[in-house]
Amino acid sequence: MLEVALRHRFPGPAGFTLEAAFTAPAPGVTVLFGASGSGKSSILAAVAGLLRPQEGRIALCGTTLTDTAAGRFLPPEARRCAVVFQEGRLFPHRSVEGNLRYGLRRAPRGADGPGFEEVVGLLGLGPLLARRPGRLSGGEKQRVALGRALLSRPALLLLDEPLAALDTPRRAEILPFLETLRDTARLPMLYVTHAMEEADRLADILVLLQGGRVQAAGPLEALTARTDLPLLAARRDAGVVLRCDVTGTERGLARLAFPGGTLLAPLADATPGRHVRLRVRARDVVVARGATPALSTDNALPALLQSIEAAGEHECFLRLEIGPSILLARVTREAVQRLGLNPGETVTALVNAVGGERG
Amino acid sequence: MGEFLPPDFFARMHLTPEEWQALRLSLTVSLRAVSVSLPLAAFVALLLARGRFPGRTLLDAVVHLPLVVPPVVTGWLLLLVFGLRGPIGAPLAEWFGIRLAFTAEGAALATGVMTFPLIVRAIRLSLDGLDRGLEDAAATLGATRLDRFLTVTLPLMAPGLLSGAVVAFAAGLGEFGAVITFASNIPGETQTLPLAIYSATQIPGGEAVAARLATISFTLAILGLLASDLLSRWLARRLGRG
Repeated sequence: MLEVALRHRFPGPAGFTLEAAFTAPAPGVTVLFGASGSGKSSILAAVAGLLRPQEGRIALCGTTLTDTAAGRFLPPEARRCAVVFQEGRLFPHRSVEGNLRYGLRRAPRGADGPGFEEVVGLLGLGPLLARRPGRLSGGEKQRVALGRALLSRPALLLLDEPLAALDTPRRAEILPFLETLRDTARLPMLYVTHAMEEADRLADILVLLQGGRVQAAGPLEALTARTDLPLLAARRDAGVVLRCDVTGTERGLARLAFPGGTLLAPLADATPGRHVRLRVRARDVVVARGATPALSTDNALPALLQSIEAAGEHECFLRLEIGPSILLARVTREAVQRLGLNPGETVTALVNAVGGERG
Repeated sequence: MGEFLPPDFFARMHLTPEEWQALRLSLTVSLRAVSVSLPLAAFVALLLARGRFPGRTLLDAVVHLPLVVPPVVTGWLLLLVFGLRGPIGAPLAEWFGIRLAFTAEGAALATGVMTFPLIVRAIRLSLDGLDRGLEDAAATLGATRLDRFLTVTLPLMAPGLLSGAVVAFAAGLGEFGAVITFASNIPGETQTLPLAIYSATQIPGGEAVAARLATISFTLAILGLLASDLLSRWLARRLGRG
């Protein structure tokens, strides 16, 4: 488990104060999510030992890394927290192989982790080994940076917006590596991003940051089902992330089972048994009472209306219970009145899964 | 060529033993000066680029003084400090029997002091261009402070070290004012190329000697600049910036 509690005031006219505390499970992926300037990268730097907070305590699986009260500050080289930086920070005077072996050579004896060949194979770095970092594309650089970090056999992998400098195709090239890493290695990760899509695909635990403070922290599904967090609920793509298993195909669509029901959605790779995360946007969910007419969507799910929560002047969120899962529907207040919806009623949730984000 | 130079120019390029001696002396004096001042200059450059301590501005000014003060004044100050009765020169002579004023070693010291700011500036330039994030990255990969310095900082400083050394060596070959003031103009001991040229111009009929030595000085300077340029290009390529 990673425990972080710190207070740090940055000098200067901006006068930014970081005051954040959270715990993250290990193993597992904890995503620090927030706009730029929310303090998420500073937290990561403090965990890495590159920032010495004025006050606070950071501990990883029982080892105290920073404890200002006890006057303890472990230097970064003794923390075993490898960092993948946004800009890669590869050593320009070493080849790709030299970069990869830099961490490996300094890994503590007896620390287990993937071997050189394994990492090179996993990240597809074979053809790049002899190259200089200056001759690599952005995506290649980040793959090398990730490999270098993994080979240092870290106890915690820190990723500071590793995909932010890449265009969408390059991002799509690296995200699967990170997913594989999450699913196969028992390596805890702390991942900083301002991109919702990356949080959706990678996070086990989501920590929302705003103005240097933690707004909320918790499992991804639980947090995305909340309507009181402007950072999530005010987004156009606000909606619940469901963890689904592909159970088969039906009329060309993938059948996705989630706790409480199934959904049909188009999916590029519908291999049965695959785990996917589906963001069901609140604006893609409508509710009906009584018998439903023929619809353009296949996804009609019986649901219990748990509550009606305000969302701005004219709209509201309907919190729908489908078995143990929650869905949000964003509808107008006028519709709520017209249908005479009240909490505790049974309705039919109609999900248009065409536009749902998948990962 | 014959139109610009006397017809027997190359025949006259044969150097006399005395002239060879001046050339050799120039090379050794400059080499000694650079090899002693290089590590010191690297240390000072690191201190100036990264250190935060009182007196940093003063140190910066003192290091750069030889660039702006007349060389003769620098030579005279050296004479005051390192002369036989100077605060450093006296104990050196008394306890270790080392005499610097009016010796080849003294010529190297004067040359080293004069070229010191050139090396410091070249190294600082490469330090300013060095991304400190790389050292942080090395730290998170488990590299200790010394390890980081040797495997990241030093290799990335290398272009500055090398080009600084080459330029300082080339400039050191021509150091005149400080050397003649501190080490005097003793043939075979402290009479380097520029001093020999100066002496040649002072005696009637010495123009041919002066011309020969001047050509050598000129050639060495050009070679030095070329070498510095080639070195920095080669290093830039090795560092993946080329």
